[in-house]
Amino acid sequence: MAHTHGTDGEEPARRDVLFLATGAVGAVGVAATVWPLIDQMNPSATERALSSIEVDVSAIEVGQQVTVTFLKSPVFIRRLTDEEKAAANETALGDLKDQDAQNALHPGETATLKHRLVDPERDFLVMSGVCTHLGCVPVGEAGDFGGWFCPCHGSHYDTAGRIRKGPAPTNLPIPVASFSDENTLKLG
Amino acid sequence: MGNIPQDHYEPKPGVATWIEDRLPIGGMISHLQKFPTPKNLNYAYVFGGILVLFLVIQIVTGIVLAMHYQVGDEASFRSVEHIMRDVNGGWLLRYAHANGASFFFIAVYAHIFRGLYYGSYKAPRELLWIIGVLIYVVMMATAFMGYVLPWGQMSFWGAKVITSLFGAIPLVGDSLAVWLWGGPSVGEATLNRMFSLHYLLPFVIAGLTVLHIWALHHVGNTNPTGVEIRKDSIENVKKDTVPFTPFIAIKDLYAIVIFLILFVAFTFFAPNYLGHPDNYIEANPLVTPAHIVPEWYFLPFYAILRAITDDLWIMMIMPFDAKLGGVLAMFGAIAVLAFVPWLDTSRVRSTDYRPIYRWWFLILVLDFFILMWVGAKPAEGIYPLISLIGTIYWFAHFLVVLPVVGLIEKPLPRPETVEAAFAAKHGIKTGDAKADAEAAALQPAE
Repeated sequence: MAHTHGTDGEEPARRDVLFLATGAVGAVGVAATVWPLIDQMNPSATERALSSIEVDVSAIEVGQQVTVTFLKSPVFIRRLTDEEKAAANETALGDLKDQDAQNALHPGETATLKHRLVDPERDFLVMSGVCTHLGCVPVGEAGDFGGWFCPCHGSHYDTAGRIRKGPAPTNLPIPVASFSDENTLKLG
Repeated sequence: MGNIPQDHYEPKPGVATWIEDRLPIGGMISHLQKFPTPKNLNYAYVFGGILVLFLVIQIVTGIVLAMHYQVGDEASFRSVEHIMRDVNGGWLLRYAHANGASFFFIAVYAHIFRGLYYGSYKAPRELLWIIGVLIYVVMMATAFMGYVLPWGQMSFWGAKVITSLFGAIPLVGDSLAVWLWGGPSVGEATLNRMFSLHYLLPFVIAGLTVLHIWALHHVGNTNPTGVEIRKDSIENVKKDTVPFTPFIAIKDLYAIVIFLILFVAFTFFAPNYLGHPDNYIEANPLVTPAHIVPEWYFLPFYAILRAITDDLWIMMIMPFDAKLGGVLAMFGAIAVLAFVPWLDTSRVRSTDYRPIYRWWFLILVLDFFILMWVGAKPAEGIYPLISLIGTIYWFAHFLVVLPVVGLIEKPLPRPETVEAAFAAKHGIKTGDAKADAEAAALQPAE
């Protein structure tokens, strides 16, 4: 800027003030114009409307997995067998790469099997079927820990869907879920 | 237009002069035609012309494909099959466009490695080189988005994996991914915007290509000796160069014909050889193909992405996890190219005169192909280790070898001028006593 508060004591000229003021208004104008162009890429109302579903789980047997689509992504609903529950319970927390339950119902809790289930009294493991590495769908009853294995980049999850080996950073997250009655699971 | 002295263009009286006085387009065409090009260019220098041709092929086939293509969850896959089966010659247009992308990348890799070998990035060509790196990056974005459009299994899962890369960015990653998808996951909204950008970006490439060629014509071509052509007078320019038309144009055309024969052979006889059968299965968001791999031209960088795992000691000291580490390594492996002009400390441009560096260059080329090979393998057994070694060398080459070898190496004697190098190679007497004496000195002993 040509004019500054210097030792010569010269005050900023009228022109300097006008220059800054014009620039500021211009910058706000540009930002206000660009914002709609950026925001149009965010999810539309149609996408945002698909936020909750109900699933009938009465037909799922112990040891069986059902995959449903929720928010355009797969959600695994699996009834754990006693062996799977035992395997998950026997795993020491120290052996887990991610010790957070990653459960929307229990934020910040440790990743024990109890904190991974929708209802600790029942054997339903309900979790996102999207690998936390780069978004592939892991294959069930596979991998080194008898849980899920992601074929894309080799992440191994255990029987409680907790990351044990490979590039994925966190456990498969548990969405907001609850039983509206005995046989109906509500997602979202 | 450039700093190479050239004969002045004189338009013919009449219409040509009338136009020239208003828009000097005749002068520009004349400049392009007669552009003084080093007379010793070898066949490594033909890929620039091939790339211009392939940009045109891709734009032309792409525009006509867009006349039949539809965007939508079901429409995309169906309309691609419609193009293959029902549109007159549609199969040819689509196969030409798909294989055209592959051949575009073959040419661009040859062009990049030629630049690395002959030091084409050195002063005063740093901007020319950086614009080239930008073109390459935009090409990759364009090719990736194009591959998504048929909405097959590989399209869908490729889009999912690559857009999920942005989710690795701390703090803003998740919102950024949702912003890119336009929904909770990859879907119709994602597909729609990719089509829009896939149509736009080729024209961005065309614009960057104009800048690339503009910069080239300002500073002039390099040549296999790495010795600059003399620019002090028109006479000396003429001793070191030939006019682009007809000499280089014919040579480029010959190379184009050979290259097109290969391209056409693939398009007609092995149109799906470079693709993946899974992409003929419609996109299914609930099932990931057992083995997803990107197109061959992304494999070296995909191998680098997968090479970074949490059990590496370097990841133990890094403040972020392997997911972000892999993403940074992959983008870094491309970005490092832009810094090559300043990483190379050698005074000598051409690797022909660099007895030590040439071996390292050879290793770099091998490394590139090894990474390409291992990128197509599953991430298990010995392959992650090979990816890791390949990744380490890729970075070590640019960050260590390039600066260090330039300092310790004693280069071989270079010719004084392009004219002398040319005369020595072809046993020509130039009539200039000094140049002839030098040419004789450069003649290899019998």
